[in-house]
Amino acid sequence: MSILYLALVENSGLLTRSALEGLSAALSLSTEVGSPLNVGLLGGRTESAAQQIGGCGAIRFLAVEAPAFTQPRYASDAAAAEALIRAAGAHIVLAHASSRWARALPGATVRVGGRMDTRISALTVADSKPMAQRWFYRQRIVAEFTRSERPWIMLLEAGIAPAWQGPPATVQMERVEVPTDPAWDRTQVQGTEAASLGEQTIRPDADLLFVAGAGWTKKQADGQVHATEAEELIRIFLQRSGASLGSSKSLVDQTGEGGQVLSLLTHLNQVGQTGSSPRHPKGLATCCHGEEPHVVGWRFITERRAVNLDPNCGWAQGKADVLYVADAFEVMRKLNELLASR
Amino acid sequence: MSVGYHIVVCGSLVPDPLQTLEPVETPSGPGLRNEAMLPAVLDPWAAHALYEAANLAKDTPDSRVWLVSLGPKAKLQQLMMSVAQKAPFDLVALDGSAGGFTDAHETANALADAIQQIEGLDHTRLLLFGGWASASRDAGVTLHMVGERLGIHDQFAGVDQLNPLPDGSFTVKERIEGGQYQVSRCAGPPALLAWATGNLPEPPNNPQVGMANMRGVMPALQRSKPVAITVGDVAFGKVESPKQRRDTRVVKDVPPEDIARELAEWVRG
Repeated sequence: MSILYLALVENSGLLTRSALEGLSAALSLSTEVGSPLNVGLLGGRTESAAQQIGGCGAIRFLAVEAPAFTQPRYASDAAAAEALIRAAGAHIVLAHASSRWARALPGATVRVGGRMDTRISALTVADSKPMAQRWFYRQRIVAEFTRSERPWIMLLEAGIAPAWQGPPATVQMERVEVPTDPAWDRTQVQGTEAASLGEQTIRPDADLLFVAGAGWTKKQADGQVHATEAEELIRIFLQRSGASLGSSKSLVDQTGEGGQVLSLLTHLNQVGQTGSSPRHPKGLATCCHGEEPHVVGWRFITERRAVNLDPNCGWAQGKADVLYVADAFEVMRKLNELLASR
Repeated sequence: MSVGYHIVVCGSLVPDPLQTLEPVETPSGPGLRNEAMLPAVLDPWAAHALYEAANLAKDTPDSRVWLVSLGPKAKLQQLMMSVAQKAPFDLVALDGSAGGFTDAHETANALADAIQQIEGLDHTRLLLFGGWASASRDAGVTLHMVGERLGIHDQFAGVDQLNPLPDGSFTVKERIEGGQYQVSRCAGPPALLAWATGNLPEPPNNPQVGMANMRGVMPALQRSKPVAITVGDVAFGKVESPKQRRDTRVVKDVPPEDIARELAEWVRG
């Protein structure tokens, strides 16, 4: 069985933490099934990345590189992935979670006549066969499964394994030629932009996820809405704690419907059924109420605490480790003072 | 542009997100307890794709919108009673399983075949829309596979915005890592856009739109072809709802200062 690990090379010339995590998972699988690992690199220049992981033990380092592949677009990425899979003669293909692979690999799978699964959160081996674990129905049902069709392409979730660490080493690169196609230029990537103006509030590497619920923009004890103060409290807390900001759907939707809103929120902050399920060691929820979609957004948060006025909150009871029954405005004011004096 | 878009939206039904889901074993593989009885909604991200399609068609003369749905015929009929009031479209229905454990490849093949058979669909004007993942299988691969089968090599995922330009091209904003958008310019159709939430609110029910749609919906449902969608070559092992219950410590009647102090220590870690 031939195993190929596909890694995207950043324009810096190196691999991301997510790519190194995926490499660790691929190496583990390779060891457990007793099949050597091939690495396929894609990017504008791949040599530094190959050196970065040169000591990982892979037997081949294949690379597709050209300036055209600095553009994260479907047509060129799918062509490159197809070429790498064919060159490796791969039966099992693993790739790390990234928007770029998620866009391009399904089409490449069709081209090589394979099967593809995404959001793989664990890889094991049973009877010498790879077993994948993933969630269905948006993190509500978890399943283990295997496939008989090959090649089997799997997109691995971030955090599936510790990031690979090891000394750099020079490797023998095998360049895979992919003729450029003028049709690729129908799509031109113009760049990136932040989803919200001002400070970036989505921080995937943060230790803490702070989730703001709709209660922040509801009438408070004095019968008034205090959205401006709410926004300031949250903004200060994010600055002082370094937390990433998440939001319930109801609060984000207010932003789009012209209600009194928190300007630092966009749909990209939303967690839950139609949002993300981010991975952070800790999570603090404030002014959230309990619904199943909300729980979904917190599936991969290890330590969970909540500040809520309702001691029987369906979200917090049984789902948070600690529920503080208190006014979030008062708690956050004090908390910000304490964090300022650290 | 001088001619409008032909927008095909792929979207089907999923269990209402507020329902509790319990996996069960069936003769054809994993399923959900009382799956046939669970209230269903249009898949949320596909719904956003439909609203964006309707809005784009409204703003672009000579455009048409088709909704291609694969699901049990009876449940599709129920679903259409509400969805048909949201936006004008022509329905193409396929009668088969919309379960989350079915194989994305089989679903993609069935959808691609159905799209190829749409009468009057002009491939050179085609925008293939859908959600960037479903709330059931949640794989994020099906639409891209349909696009590949249809020979569409300009594909975008996690789309929140499409801006048509006077020369027929358009710009697209896609969600990428770290709360960023990737901005691209595409020469024009054919193209595939797998939508995230977009920027439009859910349209209010419009009974007139509903009545106009239903004239085509019922015949489309009657014409719907049965398609066999299975779990494919997948062999499932364990399928379960994880235990979620935590032993929650409830802290109440404690001054905010004390709570803040405890939280500060925890945050500092």
